[in-house]
Amino acid sequence: MDSTPTPAVASPEIGLTPAEVGRLRADFPLLTQTPGLVYLDSGATSQKPRCVFEAEQHYYERANAAVHRGAHSLAVEATDQYEAARTAVARFIGADDDELVWTSNATEALNLVAYSCSNASAGRGDEAAERFRLGPGDEIVVTELEHHANLIPWQELAYRTGATLAYIPVAADGSLELDRLDDVVTERTRILAFTHVSNVLGTITDVAAFVARAKAVGALTVLDGCQSVPHLPVDVKALDVDFMAFSGHKMLGPTGIGALYGRRELLNAMPPFLTGGSMITTVTMERAEFLPSPNRFEAGTQRIAQTIGLAAAVGYLDEVGMDRVAAWEEHLGARMAAGLTEIDGVRLIGPGSVERIGTATFAVDGVHPHDVGQFLDSRGVAVRVGHHCAQPLHRALGVTATTRASTYLYNTEDDVDALLSAVADVRGFFGVTS
Amino acid sequence: MSGLEQLYQQIILDHAKRRVGEPLAEPEAGHPAGESHQHNPICGDEIRLRVELDGTTDASTIERVSWEGNGCSISMAAASVLSEMAAGTTRGELLELIDEFREMMRSRGTAEPDEERLGDGAAFAGVSKFPARVKCAMLSWVAAENALLDAAKA
Repeated sequence: MDSTPTPAVASPEIGLTPAEVGRLRADFPLLTQTPGLVYLDSGATSQKPRCVFEAEQHYYERANAAVHRGAHSLAVEATDQYEAARTAVARFIGADDDELVWTSNATEALNLVAYSCSNASAGRGDEAAERFRLGPGDEIVVTELEHHANLIPWQELAYRTGATLAYIPVAADGSLELDRLDDVVTERTRILAFTHVSNVLGTITDVAAFVARAKAVGALTVLDGCQSVPHLPVDVKALDVDFMAFSGHKMLGPTGIGALYGRRELLNAMPPFLTGGSMITTVTMERAEFLPSPNRFEAGTQRIAQTIGLAAAVGYLDEVGMDRVAAWEEHLGARMAAGLTEIDGVRLIGPGSVERIGTATFAVDGVHPHDVGQFLDSRGVAVRVGHHCAQPLHRALGVTATTRASTYLYNTEDDVDALLSAVADVRGFFGVTS
Repeated sequence: MSGLEQLYQQIILDHAKRRVGEPLAEPEAGHPAGESHQHNPICGDEIRLRVELDGTTDASTIERVSWEGNGCSISMAAASVLSEMAAGTTRGELLELIDEFREMMRSRGTAEPDEERLGDGAAFAGVSKFPARVKCAMLSWVAAENALLDAAKA
């Protein structure tokens, strides 16, 4: 029943040994119970170790009650577990407890910042909320490789406030044009929102360059950590960003839970997004006073079991060690990239010499990605096809869709080889020879 | 036949390459024509399809179906099959064929298609077992239906 991973001798170059990965896999019931499955779609959602749903079940069986309300001992126990989960996840990213706000997912976390800015712009909040007020003449800057979740909330914020949206473009190979930072991010820029790791290409952004430029012009930084927090050691204080959003379900946790990190002084100055119960101090028929962060942003009954499941997930990742997870995935990613490059008619998409996580996105000449994905599925290989919620990036790359294989700590070298062998047969099946 | 071979029957793979009806053609002067653009936001597949007739009644003959677009082999083959079958039928007949095709695609693999009527279109019966791909097959057929309505307005 115990699904805590067994510590073993570290292998510094590749992080984990194949034997260790074999033992880790035993903790993932879906992987062991689905014969022939080669799951290479963890960029979309990860599989979950048994300890995650056992933690949720344990909570429902032993401690279920409403948190932060009620005087009975069960409510106290539930509140303790809920807050302990916050502490665990905050520590995992190097944040303090009151700097981690629970949300449903990263999309909600990004919308929380955008709508709080909107509310500040409409006059809510005191003088300290000035930093969040936007209007005509102000600019919000994103990048061309963003997931729609880190683009559309800013487009909408621009519409609501009269601010302008600008972006750092990508070059033809999908790399960010960092030499444009200085002319795109200017004194007019109030918010700089960008991804830590591209969900399409797996490439790692030079966060320090973005943060340095944002600080030079006094802009707030919002980092999309969806693809970095699950796969790399992430310390928000070392990254020195103002906000970071991430999702639980991509990092071994349950669906329905994500989080927003924010600097304490910013969260406490920001007017709330969702309002209602549990986020107030005094309420009259005319007005309300709000609690400080994080409760300020957690209106209504929260996703208690999911937070406890996510805490179990970060416990599992900590036990393995994020350095080793990252090294193993880098190893798998390099094996995928090298293997795909060798297959006739297969083109790896993205810049060649950039650091990336275990993600390989590719095109098979003459075969549409949907057909590639369908063929791979018939061989048990699960990958993602389509625009991966990044239409502007695909347009910049000159394609409408791509095929993406993405790893996690439970993937083996055999998984990568199964992918490569299936991809090698795609063109033959569809009768493409030239 | 394996599931994959039911989905990708040889007729479908052939049509995906032949792409009958491509590219988009200018209608002859005096011929009523209608057009429709369809887009599948899930995968980005899209098609612009034009229907050219010799009149505006249900008895009018379809002179030509032409299109431009890009997408997976299922969507491209469906557009090709449609273009080949539609030419020479009447407006009323094509609308009936579209209904039959749609019914087959919604059958989740249970329909026994009438090959005499649906011709190469019957090869798509296997696609109906793959709910994620039904929309690929329907894209051009929905475009044709809308183009016929558009032509009636002209």
